[in-house]
Amino acid sequence: MLVLENIVISGFFPAASGRILWEGRDISGLAPGERPLSILFQDQNLFPHLTVAQNVGLGLCPSLRLTAAETARVDEALARTGLAGMGDRRPRTLSGGQQSRVALARVLLRSQPLMLLDEPFSALGPALKDEMLDLVSDIAVETGATVLMVSHDPDDARRFSGETIVVAEGRAAAPEPTQALLDNPPPALAAYLGT
Amino acid sequence: MADRAQPLSAGLRLGAGAAVLLTLALTLGPLGAVLARAGTFAALGPADWAALRFTVAQATVSAALSLGLAVPVARALARRRFPGRGLLITLLGAPFILPVIVAVMGLLAIFGRSGLVNDGLAALGIGRISIYGFGGVVLAHVFFNLPLAVRLLLQGWLAIPAERFRLAASLGFGPGDIARHLERPMLKALGPGIFVTIFLICLTSFAVALTLGGGPRATTVELAIYQAFRFDFDLGRAAHLASLQLALCAATALVAARFTVPSAFGAGLDRPVARWDAGGAGLRVLDTLLLGAAALFLLAPLAAVFLTGLPRLATLPEPVWRAALRSVLVACGSTAVAMGVSLPLALAIARRGRAGMLEVVGMLPLATSSLVTGTGLFLLLRPLASPGDLALPVTVAVNAAMALPFVLRALIPAARDLEADYGRLAQSLGMRGLSRLWLLTLPRLRRPLGFSAGLTAALSMGDLGVIALFADEDHTTLPLQLYRLMGAYRMADAAGAAVLLLGLSFGLFWMFDRGGRADAGA
Repeated sequence: MLVLENIVISGFFPAASGRILWEGRDISGLAPGERPLSILFQDQNLFPHLTVAQNVGLGLCPSLRLTAAETARVDEALARTGLAGMGDRRPRTLSGGQQSRVALARVLLRSQPLMLLDEPFSALGPALKDEMLDLVSDIAVETGATVLMVSHDPDDARRFSGETIVVAEGRAAAPEPTQALLDNPPPALAAYLGT
Repeated sequence: MADRAQPLSAGLRLGAGAAVLLTLALTLGPLGAVLARAGTFAALGPADWAALRFTVAQATVSAALSLGLAVPVARALARRRFPGRGLLITLLGAPFILPVIVAVMGLLAIFGRSGLVNDGLAALGIGRISIYGFGGVVLAHVFFNLPLAVRLLLQGWLAIPAERFRLAASLGFGPGDIARHLERPMLKALGPGIFVTIFLICLTSFAVALTLGGGPRATTVELAIYQAFRFDFDLGRAAHLASLQLALCAATALVAARFTVPSAFGAGLDRPVARWDAGGAGLRVLDTLLLGAAALFLLAPLAAVFLTGLPRLATLPEPVWRAALRSVLVACGSTAVAMGVSLPLALAIARRGRAGMLEVVGMLPLATSSLVTGTGLFLLLRPLASPGDLALPVTVAVNAAMALPFVLRALIPAARDLEADYGRLAQSLGMRGLSRLWLLTLPRLRRPLGFSAGLTAALSMGDLGVIALFADEDHTTLPLQLYRLMGAYRMADAAGAAVLLLGLSFGLFWMFDRGGRADAGA
């Protein structure tokens, strides 16, 4: 199964050969947290023992020693994602959709050029999931980030129009425009879609 | 992704490296010193052979009796539900942190020369029994290890899937059929491991042999080391005996390592097994009698200590209070050392994802005994300081080392879960070093840390082992002070000191364990 950590750029999976260049700089040796990206995993995106504000604040400073200005930015990010006033609560007191918003607020603060998403909203109902994907796309526009999302759902891909990489039988195909690809799928994708 | 080895951070590597060095210094270091002093394995004298025979014989009988008696008790616990069942199961965990010397006091009050049992026998016109010697040592070992065996076996019973019992009921199995098809295979799988575990505990137990054994026919190797050291100050002979004990323990530990024994502290033990076969009146009476007898056997000695000791608590002589303070400090010191060593070790083991040399190092203390380590440390440190000055620091170190395997057993699974659940997230956010320790590791491991700190503190508080080798008048701990009161036949003061010791041991455990549970948050 394809999971995000198995993508070399995430930093969790060592490359067998070659190197990764980002804006001309070799980032192959960097730890996941030092790379120019934010990750949303399938689950476990929040620390249950930390408050919502602390979870978001980790995006600014991994030691949570925040200045007053940074604390204000955390509050701003919470307000921006519809979580105003919930900073002092623990994640388990929030709904699934709200928990996703906390993780997205942190992505917003980290403001990295690359966003990796690993089916992050698969536990949510369809309407809520669409709402989150719209929020992702808003945040990506705001921070000017490229979104790389792993999904098993063609509708997710259509929502982001953009480009799609088909991974089948252990090989990743070259990216192609999503709309055209889904309207006229190659054999492997057609077999997957059942069309 | 838990099985993928992650690179260790510099801080963790430093911490784990220091922990490994300290553990080796406290295990292999003293062993080396003992072996070097013992020189060649000279022929064993007749007294050595007698000690060896007695040690193995009492350990065999103790382990066999504990296991044999535990089977019907565990079966009764597994298939009955009654009010107080959870309390009884908790009580069965208590002997682990019960100071040995306190239990011995209690056993003396019940089975001793003027104890309840002997008074009863005398009233019936039957001769009195003696608690000293082989019988007494076995009795005390069964007192400590029967509850352990019951808890371990109970886990075995609970591990049989409930569906099997349902299937058995639908096929009309009686208790005999259930025993043949479900229980005996489980006992066959668990029994040998539990037997060897208890055998090893009885090999290395010192305080029981010190108080109830002695004399040419009831001296264990561990006790013989103490006597050679303390009475004859014959270091060569002590080292010689220590290497004998080392060979015995290491061989047993190697055998024990082949078996997996469930942790005796597993959660969820108060869930009863639904049974459809054990409704008969005869079985019900039998189980009630068994559970009643087991509870009485465990509770009566402690109740006896309490009843005689509690009124004396206020009038305890001042040296007892001073010894108590010393003991609390020693317990806190060992706890700090044990936690400082085991946390980086557990984190490094969890990060590596598979068992390796680090785990072997952590389990090394199981294969040694406290007097062997004590003798070795004395040989190593003798040029540096006098035994009296060394008494307390050495006790702190040895108690910490002895607790290490238990602490690691509690911490490693929790550290593995932590790594599997939150390792990626912490890495993706760049949490490292001290911020990771404060914000993630300590809060998430709070419960097992508190529990194992409580275990260490209680074990150290009640320990009467290496301190007996070293201590002079000015450096006694509470257990040793209690032993001296007993030796001087000041039984009333001894009972008061026993209540104090009991209260402090359980109090320390409760305090640390509680600290781990409070405000666990999520």
